[in-house]
Amino acid sequence: MPNNTPAAEAGVAYSRAVVQVGVSSRNRRRVRIEERVVRAFLLMCALLGVLTTFAIVFILITESLGFFEKVSLKEFLTDTVWTPTFANKSFGVLPLVTGTLLTSLIAMLLAGPVGMLIAVYLSEYASPRVRRIVKPTLEVLAGIPTVVYGYFALTFLTPLLQRFIPGLEGFNALSAGLVMGIMILPTIASLSEDALYAVPNSLRYASLALGATRFQTVWGVVVPAAMSGVSASFLLGVSRAVGETMIVAIAAGQQPNFTFNPLVAVETMTAYIVRITMGDTPHGSLEYRTIFAVGLLLFLITLALNLTSEAIRQRYKGARV
Amino acid sequence: MIQVVSRPEWRAREYRREQIFQLVGALIVLFALTTLVVLLTKILLDGFARLNPEFFTSFPSRRASQAGILPALVGSAYLLLLTAAIAIPIGVGAAVYLEEFAKRNWFARVVEINITNLAGVPSVIYGLLGLQVFVRTLQMERSLLAGACTMALLALPVIITAAREGLRTVPKSLRYGSLALGATQWQTVRYTVLPVAMPSILTGVILALSRVVGETAPLLVVGAVVYISKLPDSLFSSFTVLPVQIYNWTTRPQHAFQENAAAGIIVLLALLLTMNALAIYLRNRYQKRLPI
Repeated sequence: MPNNTPAAEAGVAYSRAVVQVGVSSRNRRRVRIEERVVRAFLLMCALLGVLTTFAIVFILITESLGFFEKVSLKEFLTDTVWTPTFANKSFGVLPLVTGTLLTSLIAMLLAGPVGMLIAVYLSEYASPRVRRIVKPTLEVLAGIPTVVYGYFALTFLTPLLQRFIPGLEGFNALSAGLVMGIMILPTIASLSEDALYAVPNSLRYASLALGATRFQTVWGVVVPAAMSGVSASFLLGVSRAVGETMIVAIAAGQQPNFTFNPLVAVETMTAYIVRITMGDTPHGSLEYRTIFAVGLLLFLITLALNLTSEAIRQRYKGARV
Repeated sequence: MIQVVSRPEWRAREYRREQIFQLVGALIVLFALTTLVVLLTKILLDGFARLNPEFFTSFPSRRASQAGILPALVGSAYLLLLTAAIAIPIGVGAAVYLEEFAKRNWFARVVEINITNLAGVPSVIYGLLGLQVFVRTLQMERSLLAGACTMALLALPVIITAAREGLRTVPKSLRYGSLALGATQWQTVRYTVLPVAMPSILTGVILALSRVVGETAPLLVVGAVVYISKLPDSLFSSFTVLPVQIYNWTTRPQHAFQENAAAGIIVLLALLLTMNALAIYLRNRYQKRLPI
């Protein structure tokens, strides 16, 4: 038997272990106790994740309850003015929701089609050489910190767009949304490509054998077959955009305007949380509690998006096998 | 279909459509690459002039030309080390439990689904969690430790996923060999599985931690400060980090501060690049080393 088989290696490792712990009955008891202690510790590590989820839900709900004692749920969800820090307070969250929706929508209008096209191109058309260059580049785009994207939106894209769009404010939803689109582009492109790549070749061959062109095969057969994976990636992209903070905090401005005009400043839910926590809002005040109410709403929206995306992906995985 | 394709004018149209789509695809891919190049060029042009030695050794200042990133750089380094010290043992521990100990039952499934969902929670929500739990309830105030605990929770799902993938690369035969020789489950993990899996776990962990270095929002919420007159000297010192400093400079109206922000970004990207290079180096070394 050669000396480097797995079994031999394990044997060497085990004899090292034995040298350390010995095999006397006293030590054997110690080993058993150690085993139990370690097991308990590892279980606790795994449980910390569950605990984190509970803690998030718990603090968001308890602090929000304090808020909803003073402000009715109806006012929160239907009023269109959000001025918790003004003398004349109003607690309608809709401006923050529309701000979030608007920037996310702009991001998806860029990242959706572009990400999809990149995925189709890479999976169905590109040569291996092009793939080798493009995929790591997309990974680099995905690894850039969002504060850097924020800087780029504010100091490059906004001045650039102002040359073509005269009414564009210095802070606006448009350039924040577009840069956010670039940020989520890699997520959508790479997950959609995985879905397209998983479509069995037999489908492509069958379509081509029937006389369809490559274009017809891709858009008539491959893309529909991968649709569930592609839509899961889109939902995940929306979820990222909704939860993204720094780009919008820097480039979209911090004014809760109830508008769908992409040329003016808006404030998203995330940007509002950052603005309030950076100021000196006293702990326990109603203004302080607003960030948890907004946080709860944000958490619920992203959770719904993530769960739907995951459910679609699971079903699609089952259908493949 | 057959009729359609056999007519020459239709065939020509199909051919043209194919050509146009190929071109559009290539242009779109080019667009993504160009964006990256433009972004990097813009930042280099803005910030390169500010990268002198004083920039690295000075504290932030009211005058843009005298401001530096020393406390931010030191704060980022401390925060990274502290976060790693908290998150790596717990993350790898959880991964070991899920891969090596847990039975495949409903409990393991709950833990798994939970980790997937945690990875999708927006980072600013982790900030709220840290603010309420570490800063208020545990009274750590706006300290380095509170920041590190928050970032550890944020990094955990990614670290657990990376570590599990590392553990899965270890062949079953090694485990069986060790168990057959009478080693206990934990001895098998400790002396056989972990040493083999370590390099690939480390690769994943470094990539996860590089996200911590670039993260801004939760630290703003937990209370990283911007004006800091001395370097943090204990776990309970107030602190600042590079991304927070960059954020602050970016939001100043004066152009000179934005140059500082760009210079800070260059340093931040260089740091991230180093961490990624380290991860790739480890991955390559590991691929060469494993004989089985």
